[in-house]
Amino acid sequence: MTLLSVPPHVITVGAGLLQEALDAQAVPTTAVAWRPPLPGTADALARVLADPRLPAANERAVGRLTSARPQLVGVRRASEVLDLPERMFLHAGPPIDWERASGPMRGALIGAMLLEEYVRDVPSAEEQLASGRIRLEPCHRHATVGPMAGVVSPSMWMLEVRDAEHGGTAYCSLNEGLGKVLRYGAYGPEVLERLRWMDRVLGPVLSAAIELGGPIDLRAMIAQALQMGDELHNRNRAATSLLLRELAPWVVEAAAGSAAEVLRFVNGNDHFFLNAAMAAGKVSTDAARNVPGSSMVVAMARNGTDFGVQVSGLGDRWFTGPAGVPDGLYLGAYGPADANPDIGDSTITETSGLGGFAMAASPAIVRFVGGEVADAVAATRSMYEITLAEHPAYQIPGLGFRGTPVGIDITLVARTGVLPVVNTGIAGRVAGTGQVGAGLVKPPVEAFTAALLALADDRKRSI
Amino acid sequence: MTRDAVLLRKGVYHDSVTLMRVSRSLSDLPGMRVAIVAMATELNLALARDLGFDLPPADPGDLLVALRGDSVDTATGELDHALARLSASRTQAAADQPPLTTLSAARSPAGLVLVSVPGEHAFVEALDAVHAGLPVMIFSDGVPVAQERRLKLLAEERDVLVMGPDCGTAVIAGVGLGFANVLRPGPVGVVAASGTGAQQVTSLLDQAGAGVSHVLGVGGRDLSAEVGGLSTMRALRMLDDDPATELIVLVSKPPDPAVARAVQEVVETLGTPVVSALLGERDLTAATEEALRALGRPVPAWESWPGWSPTSAYTKLKGVYSGGTLCAEASLIAGAGEFTDYGDDAYTRGRAHPMIDPTLRLEALARVEPGDVTLMDVVLGHGADPDPAASLASAVAHATHHGATVVVALIGTEGDPQGLHRQAAAFREAGAAVFTSNAQAARHARNLL
Repeated sequence: MTLLSVPPHVITVGAGLLQEALDAQAVPTTAVAWRPPLPGTADALARVLADPRLPAANERAVGRLTSARPQLVGVRRASEVLDLPERMFLHAGPPIDWERASGPMRGALIGAMLLEEYVRDVPSAEEQLASGRIRLEPCHRHATVGPMAGVVSPSMWMLEVRDAEHGGTAYCSLNEGLGKVLRYGAYGPEVLERLRWMDRVLGPVLSAAIELGGPIDLRAMIAQALQMGDELHNRNRAATSLLLRELAPWVVEAAAGSAAEVLRFVNGNDHFFLNAAMAAGKVSTDAARNVPGSSMVVAMARNGTDFGVQVSGLGDRWFTGPAGVPDGLYLGAYGPADANPDIGDSTITETSGLGGFAMAASPAIVRFVGGEVADAVAATRSMYEITLAEHPAYQIPGLGFRGTPVGIDITLVARTGVLPVVNTGIAGRVAGTGQVGAGLVKPPVEAFTAALLALADDRKRSI
Repeated sequence: MTRDAVLLRKGVYHDSVTLMRVSRSLSDLPGMRVAIVAMATELNLALARDLGFDLPPADPGDLLVALRGDSVDTATGELDHALARLSASRTQAAADQPPLTTLSAARSPAGLVLVSVPGEHAFVEALDAVHAGLPVMIFSDGVPVAQERRLKLLAEERDVLVMGPDCGTAVIAGVGLGFANVLRPGPVGVVAASGTGAQQVTSLLDQAGAGVSHVLGVGGRDLSAEVGGLSTMRALRMLDDDPATELIVLVSKPPDPAVARAVQEVVETLGTPVVSALLGERDLTAATEEALRALGRPVPAWESWPGWSPTSAYTKLKGVYSGGTLCAEASLIAGAGEFTDYGDDAYTRGRAHPMIDPTLRLEALARVEPGDVTLMDVVLGHGADPDPAASLASAVAHATHHGATVVVALIGTEGDPQGLHRQAAAFREAGAAVFTSNAQAARHARNLL
């Protein structure tokens, strides 16, 4: 009981008048810049925060998320490792059907139909997809994440990432590069040609290389890349270089004949590492799922129509709101009118404390996503207000090696009105266009409020 | 020409007291009749609608500005200046990401949390403090009793003190929190379930030269059956452990009998003597005097300036109070009359406490009739109106000129920013009888009838 021994340093929250009274007495204070919570959340907040399980539940959830040790252990065909029978595709984001799917999602599904040779032409692909004879399920339901449209078909090669700490496994497809690519909804001949080469050459060679040289410690690689200017969502140049350096000898040993084209392909795609970072994020957040009472976000994902959120204490339920159109810079003559609403599972990077949350580590990209270095620092700083912890391994040199903000707490989102900062690529709205730009996007607030109300509701039922 | 102007500003938030001060400075402009600057809550919208303003649809997160008068444009300009001044100080802070929650602020070392957000949001902030192991003072009122109980039970587990909700005053190691008088350091520790009650006792102790170690508020409901006196018992033990405290005064309304027994059991285990000032048993002045005697100190004649009043023709007593306990004490002593506590929740919804905003009491003074005796408290100290006499004294003078008499219970110390004697002189000049003891003021008023 030291309260009475010395004049206290006072945290003030509320009326400015009482703060002024302390200033007049020259008492040291910290003023909270308080504002009312999001409309309609006051009661739910009081109920959720009164849950005696909450502090320990969130500590456990964020502890599991930050202690995960993702390692790249293999490259395997989706049909071998996933419960993915013929005529079923996985897609990014919360569940969606053909009817509500946006242009790039439809384009990628059409591309997958052609790739798997379920049909010979586009009209019959559309007809089959519209008929409902092709099953569509979210990647997230299958321990998988996919960038942009995130379409996974049975023949695709997947990065296999294991959590050496908790034992989970997660998957992500191989990155095709930028421009006209399947994940942005393009399905032209050059897109399919590249995918077939990946199927024939890239996948088997990488698979053999990792078998020889793996596992690769992704946690250490991500930590290094952050210190080299990546934020691991819109910038993966350093991480890709690190991965290439690690892989190169094993690729040569595994397949000397194809080594040059494989290494040239990886080297030519600055985003090659993104998919590994995503699988690392997925395996880490999955370790934090299903902690009863926890209000921590374990997935944020978009399908091009809806933005969805999943929360540790709420199982596999999705809470959605309309996906927003990103604000950013456009390639060539494209402009905002060409942009599709936000799409992709790549927000798993933000969910695991990277991407927009680590913007301060990546001054090189702030101009690309429209802003100054100070904005990047401010973005990361503001994320500490809605997260539960600082990542012990992922650090930001420019902030004095402070850990990245990690573990989004929906109660803090509701209390502060601060939404997660998301960096993202922008897909063209018309099927077949491909990427048109990159920028920042605001998640819909209703996804977070709906999750909070559900958590409050669960709490009511459990007492 | 008088006209109405209604504006909504999106995404601008300021606390209600700050906005009420802006409103008041705008309505003081020449030619202005009404100026409302408030968050567009249902309550504030209804208030503006009642005044005949035509309002567009608004969210509670919007800032509502409703102006009426013949200088609306000037007022709008002034408003922009005032808001720019307020947000300039915020921008300054934003460069270094200010904490947005108590949780975030408590990540850096601190000793205490002072919560004064609207009551429905206070629980959440206070909970952060308790989880962080920090003592918390909840100035906010309107917090549900179930939340108070939950907080205090959790505080038992975490071994921290929860002061409040509805805790108006505290003094910790010389730091005044909320409405707090500037007190000389001394041997008396106070545990108070009543803010203005504690201010009366400590102001008198200060006048007697005794001084105060700490004032620990516990909130008006702490000694109820629902809450069970958890904070009172903890505060008593803390003061018992405090080397600076030689005597403890416990100030409260009459507690729940079972809780009173539990508190008494704790008192019996303490090494420090406890004097209780329970309203209804004896008045606050008498309790203060007993404390002084227990310390072996002389009891002074409490300062007062009764002045001269004609001895007859008074027929009616009206109590116009800002402090709940002071109001109840005066009403008990007077035995009759019409007493109103303008600090009660019913009067403070959507407006500042009468210790800050004199409007309602000015209106009450304007209504007094010849032959009325008006008894009122004026409470000084940090947080309170920086110069209550500036607005109230002319209303007092008006009342005394019209054949009424006014008796003021002036609660404060010479060290207060307003200065006890400066305020006393202003009220005396306005024709009021001034007492530093509320009990004496009430007896004086009763004897005039």
